[in-house]
Amino acid sequence: METNKLTNKVTKKTFSIKGLHCASCIRVTERALKKTPGVKDAVVNLATQKAMVTYDTDNCTPEQLAEAIDKTGYILELEDTSYAEASESKEKELKKLLNKVNVSLGFGLLIFWGSFPVLMETAPAIFRNFFFQLLLATPVQFWAGYEFYRATVPALKHRSANMDTLVALGTTVAYIYSTFVTFFPEVIINLGLDPMPYFDVAVIVIGLILLGRYFEAKAKSGTSQAIKKLIGLQAKTARVIRDKKEVNLPIEQVKIGNIIRVRPGEKIPVDGVIIEGESSIDESMITGESIPVDKTKGDTVVGATMNKSGTFIYKATKVGAETMLAQIIKLVEEAQGSKAPIQRLADIVSSYFVPVVIMLAFLTFGVWYIFGPSPAFLYAMLNTVAVLIIACPCAMGLATPTAIMVGTGIGAEHGILIKDAESLETANKINAIVFDKTGTLTKGKPEVTDLIVLDKLEEYPSSGAKPDQEDEILKLAASIEKGSEHSLAESIVKEAENKKLVLSKVEKFKAIPGYGVEGWLNKQKILLGNIKLMKKNGVRIDSTQVKTTEKLEMDGKTVVYIAVDQKALGLIAIADTIKDTAKDALTSLKKRGIEILMITGDNERTANAIAKKLGVDRVLAEVLPDQKENEIKKLQTAGKKVAMVGDGINDAPALAAADIGIAMGSGTDVAIEAADITLINKDLKSVTAAIELSKKTMRTIKLNLIWAFGYNVLLIPVAMGILYPFFGILLSPIFASVAMASSSISVVSNSLLLKRVKIL
Amino acid sequence: MDKILVGLFSIVGMVFTYWFFLMKKEEVVSVQDSMDSSGSPQVDIFVDGGYSPDTISIPLGKTTKINFFRKDQSTCLEEVVISDFKIRKYLPLNQKVSVDIIPKNKGSFNFSCGMGMFHGKLIVK
Repeated sequence: METNKLTNKVTKKTFSIKGLHCASCIRVTERALKKTPGVKDAVVNLATQKAMVTYDTDNCTPEQLAEAIDKTGYILELEDTSYAEASESKEKELKKLLNKVNVSLGFGLLIFWGSFPVLMETAPAIFRNFFFQLLLATPVQFWAGYEFYRATVPALKHRSANMDTLVALGTTVAYIYSTFVTFFPEVIINLGLDPMPYFDVAVIVIGLILLGRYFEAKAKSGTSQAIKKLIGLQAKTARVIRDKKEVNLPIEQVKIGNIIRVRPGEKIPVDGVIIEGESSIDESMITGESIPVDKTKGDTVVGATMNKSGTFIYKATKVGAETMLAQIIKLVEEAQGSKAPIQRLADIVSSYFVPVVIMLAFLTFGVWYIFGPSPAFLYAMLNTVAVLIIACPCAMGLATPTAIMVGTGIGAEHGILIKDAESLETANKINAIVFDKTGTLTKGKPEVTDLIVLDKLEEYPSSGAKPDQEDEILKLAASIEKGSEHSLAESIVKEAENKKLVLSKVEKFKAIPGYGVEGWLNKQKILLGNIKLMKKNGVRIDSTQVKTTEKLEMDGKTVVYIAVDQKALGLIAIADTIKDTAKDALTSLKKRGIEILMITGDNERTANAIAKKLGVDRVLAEVLPDQKENEIKKLQTAGKKVAMVGDGINDAPALAAADIGIAMGSGTDVAIEAADITLINKDLKSVTAAIELSKKTMRTIKLNLIWAFGYNVLLIPVAMGILYPFFGILLSPIFASVAMASSSISVVSNSLLLKRVKIL
Repeated sequence: MDKILVGLFSIVGMVFTYWFFLMKKEEVVSVQDSMDSSGSPQVDIFVDGGYSPDTISIPLGKTTKINFFRKDQSTCLEEVVISDFKIRKYLPLNQKVSVDIIPKNKGSFNFSCGMGMFHGKLIVK
């Protein structure tokens, strides 16, 4: 529900409507809305499934609109509160809270001045008057402190209690006693007590707790900044081309298939594919990768990324909730709504905490009254109030979720999407990471690395005199491989194209699975394939050539021979190149004590060669795709906590089987579904960053929990007076309220410190 | 004499507190009794000093709409967390906030306020 205020009374709001299918649905719903008293205008959009309604807030409410739509058989969604609206409402609540803090603390200080033993001598007589103190304390107790009662009464009806119950109880005891002293001092004197009221305790405690709550709310809003930032990335309009004219449309009205123009410096509105032009695009807001990416015709672009240099036209392929940004927001929201297993203990303690504190307060009162020094009643009362005030269940409740919110938010900013809090916690315990080789450790695009001439080419020139021998061999190889669909063939053809070689037409092309290919050119038979193909066709390969082949294979390369008329002319070595960041990333993971494994379908010699270059600890070679899952399970049986890093689509079963599945370089639904952590960029350092983020977040959570538990476990007994028999130390209720207020703030602030952590 | 009375008062207070807060009976509300206009089960939960109702029975595999109405100003209740369904929602004061839930497993799933002070339960049957 998005709001746009026009005047004080007339407002424009956008509501989602469910069940719209056709133009007739639009007419029916629009008519129903327009007929509703107070509605000035209503426009229903089929594409966006939204209604924009202008109405008079005095005569019409969203509920009435929902009722009108309900009668037509459709559903108007009222609940879709936008973040802007939510934050506006929060701001208002905060402002009110601050007013209450100012009044409470202002009045509290005046009462304190008039009642504190030494200070009171300097105070004007009126401040020392108990009735005047009562006059100041009453609005604080029942206006500023209203929210404590407001929460306590219905909670008691449900037979539940929270921190408000404790504050309401504690301050009410102090207030009622003080009021009694004010009106009936002689009764107190007859009991042998000094007739001093404690209005300052009630009022300052309320003021300080409200102040703590104000800072806590401010700090808490910082923990959800990541979502706000992500939502803020969304472009507002799109320049759609219609009938050769550009029309600026609100983003909600962009449909799949729309042709959109993007100019330099503009945000790309939705996801799509470039159909004309080229540009450099800053995708850092989505992938965390700071270097702009060059994109041209056929490349995909992501909504909310920034077009840097060129103008291009593209076709929208994903809009609304389908865009990558929307998916990321959904994922982060879900992660922030999930609960980490470490929180279970805090949850159990929280659910018993308040009743237990109330029981301890009764115990404190009884023990101090029966065994305490004189005046026993005052000691009993003040210590009971201190127990009620110092207990802080909020810190326990905030310890884990605030850190999870900040942690998942930081992840999203770096292109690391964490599925839920449990994944974040498990990632901290990982001690083995299995990397898929192709496309994860390597670029996944084989390239020609070596071309070795074995025999002279003079007898086989295809054009002109004095040919370049290497080029001629490559040209022959590419000509024959052009008909092949093998990935190695693709790399040979690509290399020839890079060198701008003109390919010849090969006749009688034939692929021989497991060996290579053959074909005819200029009435000569050409063979291209492995050593087995050569031997099968009687091509002589001498021992030096075999050694060369072995040496290349030891380097992790695949070797193919080319022969013409049973004579080996040359050999081509092809290798999938290792990603630039792979070695550094693996080294930093090993430094963290994590065992690195590589899983691949390659033969052992090639796999070992690549593993050696990267410093991989263990190689799982010749593993077919459907066996990867089993390999993961074997490691788990051996007691390892395993993370699997793959592309998220082909490796889905292995990713799901691992304790933590990390999908790389993809924001697709399939990858997000299968993986616990999705890395939007293809940088392997993000794996290290994800593990580091998990460790740092867990450290913050543990610190928060230690603080929250430690605070209550230590200070509640102190408030009960456990130190009094040994050191004569008692805790003033005012100090208790300072400690309580600062306890929650400390936890939230500690979580916010995570933002300063460098994970990359 | 007064000491004995205060001692008794303390003990009775503790026992009463235990009974009052920790021994309350669970009243289950079934969503099957209420459907929205599309025929999906739905339930309205008032957030006011806790959740009312706080224990709801919902059907397995069906989309159930849970409408939260926060009437309580306490910041403690400004968020609702249904962690098993990965839901954390801000509840603006006096506004309806709906969440759709499709339970895939039978069992009991807790929900709570953002700080874990107030609790409710979804029982999937």
